[in-house]
Amino acid sequence: MERGDGNRHKAFTRRLALLGGGQLALASLLMGRMYYLQVLESDQYQMLAEENRISMRLLAPPRGLVLDRFGRELASNRQNYRVVLIAEQTKGVTETLDRLARIIPIHPHQRRRVLREIKRKRPFVPIKVAENLTWEQFTRINVLLPDLPGVQPDVGEGRHYPAGLETAHIVGYVSSVSEADLTGDPLLELPSFRIGKNGIEKVYDESLRGKAGNSQVEVNAYGREIRELARQDGQPGEDVVLTIDAGLQEKITRRLADESAAAVVMDIHQGDILAMVSAPSYDPNAFNLGMSNKAWRALVQHPRKPLINKAIAGQYPPGSTFKMVVALAALEAGVVGPGHKVFCNGVMKLGRSKFHCWRHRLGGHGWVDMKQAIAQSCDLYFYDIARRLGVDRIGAMARRFGLGEALDIELVGERGGLVPSKDWKLAVTGVPWQLGETLITGIGQAFLLATPLQLAVMAARLANGGMAVRPRLSRTQAPLPDNGAAATGNDQGGDPGTDRQVPPIGVSAANLKVITDAMSEVVNGKRGTARKYKLDKELDQKMAGKTGTAQVRRISKAERKAGGKLAKETPWKERDHALFTAFAPVGAPRYAVAVVVEHGGSGTYAAKLTKDIMTEVLRGDPLARAAVGQNGVGGIDGGGRADNRSDRERKI
Amino acid sequence: MGRQVDLTLLQKLVQINWLLIILISLIAGVGFAMLYSAANGSIDPWASRQMFRFGAGLGLMLLIGLIDIRAWLRHAYLIYAAALLLLVAVEVMGVVGMGARRWVDLGLFQLQPSEVMKIAMVLALARFYHSLPLEEVGRMRWLVVPAVLILVPVALVMRQPDLGTAILLLATATAMLLLAGVRLWKFAVAGGAVLLAIPVAWRFMLHGYQKDRVLTYLNPERDPLGAGYHIMQSKIALGSGGLFGKGFMQGTQSHLAFLPERQTDFIFTMLAEEFGLVGCLGLLGLYVLVIAYGYAIAVRSRSQFGRLLAAGVISTFFLYVFINMAMVMGLIPVVGVPLPLVSYGGTSMMSLLIGFGLVLSVYVHRDVVISRRPSYGD
Repeated sequence: MERGDGNRHKAFTRRLALLGGGQLALASLLMGRMYYLQVLESDQYQMLAEENRISMRLLAPPRGLVLDRFGRELASNRQNYRVVLIAEQTKGVTETLDRLARIIPIHPHQRRRVLREIKRKRPFVPIKVAENLTWEQFTRINVLLPDLPGVQPDVGEGRHYPAGLETAHIVGYVSSVSEADLTGDPLLELPSFRIGKNGIEKVYDESLRGKAGNSQVEVNAYGREIRELARQDGQPGEDVVLTIDAGLQEKITRRLADESAAAVVMDIHQGDILAMVSAPSYDPNAFNLGMSNKAWRALVQHPRKPLINKAIAGQYPPGSTFKMVVALAALEAGVVGPGHKVFCNGVMKLGRSKFHCWRHRLGGHGWVDMKQAIAQSCDLYFYDIARRLGVDRIGAMARRFGLGEALDIELVGERGGLVPSKDWKLAVTGVPWQLGETLITGIGQAFLLATPLQLAVMAARLANGGMAVRPRLSRTQAPLPDNGAAATGNDQGGDPGTDRQVPPIGVSAANLKVITDAMSEVVNGKRGTARKYKLDKELDQKMAGKTGTAQVRRISKAERKAGGKLAKETPWKERDHALFTAFAPVGAPRYAVAVVVEHGGSGTYAAKLTKDIMTEVLRGDPLARAAVGQNGVGGIDGGGRADNRSDRERKI
Repeated sequence: MGRQVDLTLLQKLVQINWLLIILISLIAGVGFAMLYSAANGSIDPWASRQMFRFGAGLGLMLLIGLIDIRAWLRHAYLIYAAALLLLVAVEVMGVVGMGARRWVDLGLFQLQPSEVMKIAMVLALARFYHSLPLEEVGRMRWLVVPAVLILVPVALVMRQPDLGTAILLLATATAMLLLAGVRLWKFAVAGGAVLLAIPVAWRFMLHGYQKDRVLTYLNPERDPLGAGYHIMQSKIALGSGGLFGKGFMQGTQSHLAFLPERQTDFIFTMLAEEFGLVGCLGLLGLYVLVIAYGYAIAVRSRSQFGRLLAAGVISTFFLYVFINMAMVMGLIPVVGVPLPLVSYGGTSMMSLLIGFGLVLSVYVHRDVVISRRPSYGD
C-alpha cells in the first residue's frame, strides 16, 4: 500500500470540493439566465415569437361600382381567370408548361418570364402563367387538372367597363399604382392593386376603393403559410351613382361618330349631366389588359386627341353662341331696349378698321331689332351694343353665366375658359385694350374661350329663369330612392334625396324672356339661322338655341374678296368650329344641350347634330323616367345589383 | 487493506451502479421525446436512430464497466497514442465536411478522432498523475509532460478547426490538473497567459466564422439576419416559453423553423420553449444529479487513477452541459457543442457512454488498490 495515497485522496477531495463549488456557481449562472429569459423578459420574447409567426396579409376589398342614373353598370368588377403554377408541386416545370401550352397559348416570352420568376422565388410561391383567359380555356384547364400537378386555376378580380368607349371620358380608368400615388394606405402597396387614374375612378377613388381587411396567417421561417389564425374583413368600396343616362350617352356617341366633337346634355334645374360625350374616344378596358406601347402612342398622337375630354378640356371661342350674354348685358345695363334697331349693311367702320357681318357679301341684314339680331345672328348689331356696353360689363355678365372659370365638375382636367377684361389684357400682354376688341368680343371672338360644358351651363341658366345651376356628375352617392318614397309631386323628375337649392344669378325675368324668345326664333322663326333644324312635328315640342361659328384663324382681306374658300377646299385644321347651344322644350324647358364640332365648318352643322341629340333626349326623357325609375325600373335594377354585390363578396 | 483484488463476473454485475444507468437513461429519454417533437410528432428520422444508438451505447458502457480498471491504466498511454495518431490522420487524410476537417474514414464507418481524444486524454492524465507522488506534483518539471499531453491534441483539434472541442479538452485537462493537486497559483499564471494570448489568437488563429460568432456574442443585434440570427431566435424561443412552456410539440419557434438546428445543438432551446422554466430546471436537475453522483463515485475510489478518471469524465460531461446551455441562452458565443445524451448525433453519444463506462468501471473496482508503479508482468 502506498503511503502517499491517503494524502492524495485528501488533496483530491479538497480540490473536488473547490471544482464542484465552481461548477455549482456556473450552474447557478445558468439558472439565473433561465429565470431572466423565461420569467423576467418572457413577455417581450413572447411578443417577438408572435411577430415571427404571425404575418398580416392585406385583403383587398371589392372596388365600388360606377352606375348610371338608372343603375346600369358603367364600371364593374369582372372575374379575371388566371392560371398559376406552384413549382414544388409539379413534376418538372418545363414539362408542365409544355402540357399547359397544349391547352392555352403560351408565348415564348411568357414562358421565359415564368421560368425566371420560379428561379427567383421560393418553390411554394404561386407564379402567374397566364391571365384574362376565356371561360372555355379556363374550364378546359379545370377539367384537365388531374394531369397537371402544380397548376392551379385562380380567379382574380379585374375592372371592366361595359360601356367601353362611350363613357371612357367620364368614368376614366384604373391602372397600376405608381410611386407618386402612394399615400400610406397599405392597400396601395399590394402588387396587383389598381388605382383610379382618370375620371370618376380617380376623383372618387378613395370611396370606391373601400377599406382593407386583413388576415392573420401563421407562417414559418421561410414565409410559407401554415394556417389562417384570424380574419377581419375589409369594407367594400362604395358605389358611385352618376347622373349620366348611359342609353343617351350611347346614342350621342353613335351620332357623333368620327367627328372631333363634344356634346353635353344637362338638366337645367338641378345641373345633372345626363350625357357628356367627347369624340373620338378610347376603350378604357385596354388600359386594364395592358396596352402595347404602339397602341398607346397611336392614342397620344391621334390628331383628333381621343384621350382628351373635349367637353371639359376643350376651349373654343363661343362665337355667336355668346350673343345672348351680350344682349342680356345690354338689356340689364339699360344701354338699349329690346326694341333697339340697327341697320346692317354688312360692314361697320371703326377708325381705319372694317368690321364685317357674316352676311356682308349679301349686303347685310338691313334693319334688325334684338330678336332678329339673335335669330339671324347679325354681327353688326352686336358690334353696336358691345361698343355701347364696354368689355367689362360684357365680361361681368358672362361670368354670371358660368363662363370664365371652372365649374368644378367631378372630373380631372377641367379648363376654365377665358373671359377677358381690360385689366386682364394689360396684365397679361402689356398692351392696353383696343375698342375693336370689344366689338369682336360682342360676337364671341377675340380672347373669349369656353368649354362645351360651360356653353351648356350658359344655356341652362338662360332657360331656367336665371338660376345659378352648377353641373354635377354624381348624385352625391345617394342611390335611387326606394320604391314609393320618390312619388312626391316633384317638378321635372328631380329626386328629393339629392335636390339642391340653386341661387338666382339676379337678372330680370322680362329681359331673359326677350333672349329666350329670340333663341326660339333661331330655330323656329322664318329667318332663324337654324330654321332647317326644327324638331320633328311628332315630338310636339320645340327647341330653342343659337348657332355659333368660331373662326380658327383670321380671314385675310384677299380671301374675303375672293369670297372665302369653299369649305371643302379648306384644310380640316383650318375650318371654323361649329357650335350650337340649345334648350327644350320651349315653354317649359328642362334640358340644355351644347354641341361643339371642331372644324365643323358652320354653326348650322352643330345645329343639325343638336336637333338629333335633342330628339333623343326628349324621346328618352331621362328626367321623367327617373321618377318612373324610382317606382319600377330602379327597383329591378336595384335587385339585379344586389345579386351582383353578394356575388362579389363571395369571391373575396 | 488488500482485500479482494480480482472480482468474478457475477460479483462485478452485482456491483454495477444501476442508479447511474437509470439517471442517464432518463436524460436520454428526454432527448427521445424532444427528437420526436422536433420531427413534428414522428419517431423518424431522429428519435428512432437515437434510441438505437443509445441502446448500443448502453451495452458498450456496461461492457467497459466490467473491464478491470487496471487494464485501462495499463493501456492508457497506448489509447492516447492511438487517438493522437488518428488526429494526425485527420490532418493528413481527413474528410472535409461543413468547412472543417474532422472525420477520418475507416471504411466501415467514419470516426471523429477528437471525440476519442476526449476519453484518451482523461485516461493519459489520470495515469500520469496516478504514478506521480503528491510531493512531486508541485514541481515545475513535472508539468512538462502533462502540458505536452494536453497541448498537442488541443493544437491539432484547433487546426481542424473545432474550437468547441479544443475548449472542452483544455477545460477538462485544467479540471484534472486542479484535482491532481497542481498549485493554484500556477492556474492563475496560466490564466493570465491565456488572457495575454487572446489578441494573438484573434489575429492569427481564429477563422472568420469563429470571429463572427464571438463578435455576434458580444453584440447579438450586430447582424440579426446573419450570424446573429441563430442566437436571437434561440433567445426568443427560450423566453417565449415562459414558466411552463407552450406545451409538447406546440413550440412555434421550433416547429415553424425559426429555430435553427433544433434537433442538435439547439435542442435545449426547444425543450425550453415547450416546457418552460420548469422543464429547463428539471433537465438541469437530472444533469446535476448525474454529476454529483459521478463525483461521489470518484471520491469513493481507492486509487488516484480511478478518482481522476471518473472526475475527468464527469468534468467533461459538466462542460458539455454548461457550454451548450450557456451558448443557446446567449451567455457565451456559439460553439458547436451538443447537449450531452439529448442532442441528436451518434459520435458524442458513443463517446459519452464510453466515458460513463469508465466511470462505471471505477465504481465497480472502487476497492481495488493499485500501486503507483504497476508491474507490467502480470
